[in-house]
Amino acid sequence: MIIDLQKFITAERPYWQELDALLIRQERDPYRRVGFDDIRRLHYLYQRASSDLAKINTFSAERAMHRYLESLVGRAYAFIYGARQKAVRFRPLAFLLRTFPATFRRHFRPFALSLTIMALGALFGGGAILFDPEAKAVLMPFEHLQMDPAERVAREEGAGGQDHLQGAQGRFSAFLMTHNTRVSIFVLALGMTWGIGTVLLLFSNGVMLGAVAADYLLAGQHAFLFGWLLPHGATEIPSILIAGQAGLLLAGALLGAASERPMRERLRAVGPDVVTLISGVAVMLVWAGLVEAFFSQYHAPVIPYSVKIAFGAVELCLLALFLGYAGRSSSDRRQPERNRHRGSYRS
Amino acid sequence: MTPASQSSERSGERMIRTPEGVVFALALAGPVSRCLAWLLDLACLSVLFKLGTLASNVLGLLHQDFSQAVSILLLFALTVGYAIGLEWFWNGQTLGKRLLGLRVMDVRGLRLQPSQVVIRNLLRAVDSLPLFYLVGGVFCLVTRYAQRLGDLAANTIVVRSAQASEPHIERVFEENRYNSLRHHPHLAARLRQQVTPAEADAALQSLLRRDALAPEARVVLFGTLSAHFKRKVAFPEEALEGISDEQYVRDVADLIYRK
Repeated sequence: MIIDLQKFITAERPYWQELDALLIRQERDPYRRVGFDDIRRLHYLYQRASSDLAKINTFSAERAMHRYLESLVGRAYAFIYGARQKAVRFRPLAFLLRTFPATFRRHFRPFALSLTIMALGALFGGGAILFDPEAKAVLMPFEHLQMDPAERVAREEGAGGQDHLQGAQGRFSAFLMTHNTRVSIFVLALGMTWGIGTVLLLFSNGVMLGAVAADYLLAGQHAFLFGWLLPHGATEIPSILIAGQAGLLLAGALLGAASERPMRERLRAVGPDVVTLISGVAVMLVWAGLVEAFFSQYHAPVIPYSVKIAFGAVELCLLALFLGYAGRSSSDRRQPERNRHRGSYRS
Repeated sequence: MTPASQSSERSGERMIRTPEGVVFALALAGPVSRCLAWLLDLACLSVLFKLGTLASNVLGLLHQDFSQAVSILLLFALTVGYAIGLEWFWNGQTLGKRLLGLRVMDVRGLRLQPSQVVIRNLLRAVDSLPLFYLVGGVFCLVTRYAQRLGDLAANTIVVRSAQASEPHIERVFEENRYNSLRHHPHLAARLRQQVTPAEADAALQSLLRRDALAPEARVVLFGTLSAHFKRKVAFPEEALEGISDEQYVRDVADLIYRK
């Protein structure tokens, strides 16, 4: 049986046009508040258009009509079923002080794994320098790291009050922020290589760090090493580790070990947490960039090593306290409910 | 109500079954149209970079170091934030996608969530490897819904979003004020019973597109269709007297679609 198409169109067209107008209004301003009556009307019109599409599918093969109704039903469906459970208003302070540390704690295992991988890399790099000093050229491909540590320290300290970054701290700081954020994004993105890329990047960063540390420690330049690395490293290295945590979280969802849920659902569950972690990393790297450009690069006698080391140590402790305890009570209260809603994928 | 589930799918389409049991298709965008959209976005980004550089040069008159820092940060913010910002505020579209009628959607046919927009764009870092989105392009070609790695991670698809316009079939029938076949209601009923929806659609589409056909092609097409329908139901000679093949097909469509 084929339906009387013209009669059908004449009867239904006013409803389609009304639905189209409602959808256009909503698409032009997605943040518009829709009243209860409008929602009810929209739902009714959507159901009516759905029923019309079903009729067309069954009783007619008219293509233009089919395409038109599919487009209409698709748009209404996205609006009705894609509505958020509650209005999302981004609160930067709450995000930074509560959501970010709570997310970090919720996925502590990938962070521990990230830390372990980097530590293994550092051990490897340190061991390589210890047993084969020639490996320095391969492990530290940067000019300022190639020279003898004692020579560099003498040069930096000999510069006295001379500021080699004079008038360029801002540019250097911006470069560090953007470069490190790019590296962090890359560490995260490589999680989609089943985590292999993330692991390799974390390990190679660890190798470089271990090699530099071993080189300066073997040369007896402990104070310079810690005074140079701690102030910005106290934030920068944890940032890379958290980016690794996000990458490994993504990889865990991709691999789906010990989970019977389909990959698509696993990835959907970790998505918001991955974004939270990398956003927190970006904020941390802004701080690290400022500290590195305006503080870390100034050595004794301009800034005594003890001050720099103390500053770095305090930073590290505060960061540990922040990640370990910030927003703890409220996030923990919400946790079970949130997981029930989202069916979250726990790492 | 449960979200959509997938139904039987043709290549290049994502079929969505709504909780009401209705199935509709989303036309997936191919790698070529996506690449063109990306090139347009690249052109747009280079214009923005240029404007940003000009603005920071003006700032440089006041403070050189500050202007250079702003320039670096701006470049980074545009590179990372352009697609994220536009896809969020324009409901899944960047400028390039909007110009080419493409849209990013949730793989279930729903609207995008902020985390999906961020993830699919951050993962460009891997999709763009080693050069010119080679990894992303290969994934687009081999995955079921033409998804690059970022789309897989974010559960998104890129669809062709051109809205279909309302069909106007009245003009086919308005020209048909008199239909001689209606004088034989029993034969008209038999015709309606025997013609399939696909055959009826072929007749209607031919009439809708008649002006786009060359005169010779039009004669051949309506001759073929007319012969086909005449084989289905034989109307008496007096009903067919003096009417062309095209008019006969028009009368048949009129009988089928207007009871």
